[in-house]
Amino acid sequence: MNLPILTIIIFLPLIGVFFLLFNSKNDKNENRANQISFNVSFLTSILVFILSLVLWINFDSSSSEFQFVEEKKWIINFTKYKVGVDGISILFVVLTAFITPICIIATSNSVKVRKKDFFIALLLMETMMLGVFCSLDLFIFYLFFEAGLIPMFLIIGIWGGIRRVYSAFKFFLYTLLGSIFMLVAIIFIYHQSGTTDIQALLKFDIAANYQYWLWLGFFASFAVKTPMWPVHTWLPDAHVEAPTAGSVILAAILLKMAGYGFIRFSIGFFPIASEYFAPLIFVLSIIAIIYTSLVALMQKDMKKLIAYSSVAHMGFVTIGIFAFNSQGLEGSIFQMISHGIVSAALFLCVGVVYDRMHTREISDYGGVVNTMPKYSIIFMIFILAGLGLPGTSGFVGEFLVLIGAFKANYLVSFFAATGVVLSACYSLWLYRRVVFGEVSNENVKSLKDVNKYELFTLLPLVFLAIVLGIFPNIILDTISVSVENIVSVYNSKILITQSAIR
Amino acid sequence: MAYLLVFLPLIASIVVGFFGRFLGDRISQLITCSFVIISALLSIFYFIDVAINSNVYNFKIANWVSSGSLVLNWSIYIDTLTSVMLVVVTSVSALVHVYSVGYMSHDPDKPRFMSYLSLFTFMMLMLVTSDNFLQLFFGWEGVGLASYLLIGFWFKKPSANAAAIKAFVVNRVGDFGLAIGIFLIFKYLGDVNFLEVFKNISSLQNKNITMLGFDSSIINFICIFLFIGAMGKSAQIFLHTWLPDAMEGPTPVSALIHAATMVTAGVFLVVRCSPIFEYSPFVLNIIVLVGATTAFFAATIGLVQNDIKRVIAYSTCSQLGYMFFAAGLGAYHIAIFHLFTHAFFKALLFLGAGSVIHAFHEEQDMRKMGGVWKKIPYTYSLMIIGTLALTGFPMFAGFFSKDAIIEAAYSSKSIFAGYAVAIGVLTAFMTSLYSWRLVFMTFHGEFNNKHVDYNKVHESPLVMILPLVFLSLGAIFSGYIFKDFFIGSYAVQFWNSSIFFLNEFILHHPPVWFLIITPILVIIAIPLAYYFFVKNKKSLDSFISINQPLYNFLINKWYFDELYEFLFVRPAKKLGSFFWKKGDITVIDGFGPDGFAKIIKIVSDKAVQFQSGFLYHYAFVILVGLSFLLTYLIIF
Repeated sequence: MNLPILTIIIFLPLIGVFFLLFNSKNDKNENRANQISFNVSFLTSILVFILSLVLWINFDSSSSEFQFVEEKKWIINFTKYKVGVDGISILFVVLTAFITPICIIATSNSVKVRKKDFFIALLLMETMMLGVFCSLDLFIFYLFFEAGLIPMFLIIGIWGGIRRVYSAFKFFLYTLLGSIFMLVAIIFIYHQSGTTDIQALLKFDIAANYQYWLWLGFFASFAVKTPMWPVHTWLPDAHVEAPTAGSVILAAILLKMAGYGFIRFSIGFFPIASEYFAPLIFVLSIIAIIYTSLVALMQKDMKKLIAYSSVAHMGFVTIGIFAFNSQGLEGSIFQMISHGIVSAALFLCVGVVYDRMHTREISDYGGVVNTMPKYSIIFMIFILAGLGLPGTSGFVGEFLVLIGAFKANYLVSFFAATGVVLSACYSLWLYRRVVFGEVSNENVKSLKDVNKYELFTLLPLVFLAIVLGIFPNIILDTISVSVENIVSVYNSKILITQSAIR
Repeated sequence: MAYLLVFLPLIASIVVGFFGRFLGDRISQLITCSFVIISALLSIFYFIDVAINSNVYNFKIANWVSSGSLVLNWSIYIDTLTSVMLVVVTSVSALVHVYSVGYMSHDPDKPRFMSYLSLFTFMMLMLVTSDNFLQLFFGWEGVGLASYLLIGFWFKKPSANAAAIKAFVVNRVGDFGLAIGIFLIFKYLGDVNFLEVFKNISSLQNKNITMLGFDSSIINFICIFLFIGAMGKSAQIFLHTWLPDAMEGPTPVSALIHAATMVTAGVFLVVRCSPIFEYSPFVLNIIVLVGATTAFFAATIGLVQNDIKRVIAYSTCSQLGYMFFAAGLGAYHIAIFHLFTHAFFKALLFLGAGSVIHAFHEEQDMRKMGGVWKKIPYTYSLMIIGTLALTGFPMFAGFFSKDAIIEAAYSSKSIFAGYAVAIGVLTAFMTSLYSWRLVFMTFHGEFNNKHVDYNKVHESPLVMILPLVFLSLGAIFSGYIFKDFFIGSYAVQFWNSSIFFLNEFILHHPPVWFLIITPILVIIAIPLAYYFFVKNKKSLDSFISINQPLYNFLINKWYFDELYEFLFVRPAKKLGSFFWKKGDITVIDGFGPDGFAKIIKIVSDKAVQFQSGFLYHYAFVILVGLSFLLTYLIIF
């Protein structure tokens, strides 16, 4: 295919932004202007989504090679524009393209001011995220990775809650600080190998004694972004203050960049260091799972609770990646996709009641089921998917990760599995306090059930959470060859070094 | 047809769950009841086909997970063991469905209730028809979900919500064990399909690993973790605390889930995995120990409880203990036989209790009942049948299965066999005592209820009585009719390799005095109970006051809830708060981002003071610097 489909997918949102800029704000006709902005951005994102599906359909999942590769000269003698996808990244592209239109619809209730600007930020964000997953050049990757911070910073800082400025800065500086180390590592890699081409670097063997430091450089960035304990505290703050659409993007996609990075770069470039540092990852992830689950148990703020549970769920992801076997890796990729769907849905669910009651305090709710039965069913499904009930997408990921981790190190799996018990505790307790019981608050009495916009955002997610739980092969078939390839390359590299040492 | 059997309840559940409000109560009930009844008829068909004609079916529905070497299907596997479970599950479920039409007639949420019941039935069918561990796990957690939804059905009651969460979480602890067991199997056998695992399990004999500081054979570890899962689901001691609380749910739920079907899933698991457990005598001994202890301990608590449903709940717990120690002794077929008969009479007792509760207008405290046997004769006589069957009165269902367990214990060579015999006989006596206590307190003596007028106590409608009649037939005849198939001369052909015996199971015939000792104790208990609980209550009160500490110990259920509250719940909450306030806010944020921000601010505040704007300040600094520089140059 000669059509540069990846480039089109990545930059289509920018064209949408371009049109939005021309939609001048006319005070007399603000509603109409908003409506036009909405239509433009929604259409753009839907188009991107359709294109991403076309991409997925045309993708050959029996090959582990990068496909749809495009290469253009950019800065002569330094770097070039190169994009492409393999079985792993394509799913994140589809996920991103799927979540963005949902976010755009979700703004219709939650964002009241400067709608056009919000849409611009969202579309910019989409371009950056798509770019991250598609880039086949470290330099381009870094550009997208970092540039994504800016629209997110604005989303939290402008449309956020009361402490939005604090949270926005905390988010920005925290992640920036981590990324600086990655930048240094990237420069060093370029210095060593003379290229920033990811495909070439995956075949290049970086000297073992450098690997450790470079690994740590990338780790600094990804650990913050994942987020791993103890650099997770920006996430609850960012989630709490961000508007619903912002939280959704943050949880569903932004966090996945780190998991993707671990798989692509940490394992791909630095297998020896990855093996060396795996225990560190395991320990931090286990702490993350148990610690943040316990913290989640005691939260009084719904969004904070879900944010903490996100940290715990991402702990499963990192464990699975560093188990270095196909179940673990496939499990963590599946877990990322599933978490992208479920956590997005949970934040949307919180958004639904927040838009009505303007409070996130759990104690202000109670008995919501009496006035919002449909909402309660949907919320229940996501709570169950979140706690990993078999038959939902949450289960497959967790189970594969645990079974993979068990093969690698039974203790890791053992401790991580306690998180499964804890997640049942905090999720069901949250649900009980919000939804069940008698109506105790007058405001709850007058709540209206989900409207058609909200249904439109939530039902596709319900559908996916269940279908992926029953037929996970939709995802697993796409990733399996690429994952097998990563595992076998990793194993062979480890074998070579081990025999070299002997 | 097998597809219909399994999926009809699911279809009913989905249709009624989502469209119940449009369909109306009547049609919802009609759909769920008829679908489950069809399912029950199909199960009977399969039971005959599989158990009598010795066929085995394995349908592959679709591929579920394939990840590396882990390949699993959605499947329907029917062998004799499954077919027995199918009959138990669907027939009790069908009767409970019908009963619920009457029992829930005053509830506004009938479609939702029926939908949950059918969902439960489906999940249970998935559990028993699985051909691999993962689908079993799916059903396992699925029934847990249905149980959670049904216990918390009356969501306005805080106690019901708490009980629902407790049930789910305690079960999850068990599921954790089951999951670890599955992981072990996958790690060492590379497969989790039953047939493959059972075929290859003997290759793991004599292979040892060290896990959590213990050194033992792999099979022992597998078995112990699987058994932890079974303990959670089947409410064995230490993981039993959720079952009595689960009585917060509507009574039909207790009959279906917490007596006849779900709680027996643990027994089913152990029996299904008999090819694994047979290689682990060590864990089988533990099972005997745990089962027997549970049987005894639950019976002691049952003796003093005053809530009619809780008494039966503890009785269930105790009977499950019987099943487990039978399985632990290697008498898997007898365990399943007891499971089979127990399902009928325990469901009968629960539904009967529901009928009583209905008659007393939602009163569950037996101290507020009494003297109504003439007013509700059908319920009364059906409850008597259930009680006779439960206590093992000669020729009733429980007699055949329970005495077979005690005989199996007698002829077993297990190191805990003696313990099991003693407990078995003693618990049979206590069972009889608390069961008759229940009957006498509920139906005899004086009428003790102040809120309901004696004349307003009424018999339940036909739709509730009829299922009881069917169950009572099972409670009377299921033992006598099926004993030859399950445990008698046709047993080998009947089970047809669905149960694995490493060594042939031989039941020695104990001496006659031993055979009659249990029935005699059971019968003696009847007048004894009558004397204490009807005739001469004062003697009972004085007995209690003499043994007050013991009584408190029992009425507080051996203080398990308090212990767990102290050991797990409160520390978890404290740790959570500690990690949040001290860990995240004070330490991580305090020294991390907020701390840095503060330091930078302090430093920059200081740095700002340099730019004072006064020329002589700058001139002074320049002079000082210059003199330092000069000194430096001169000296060095």
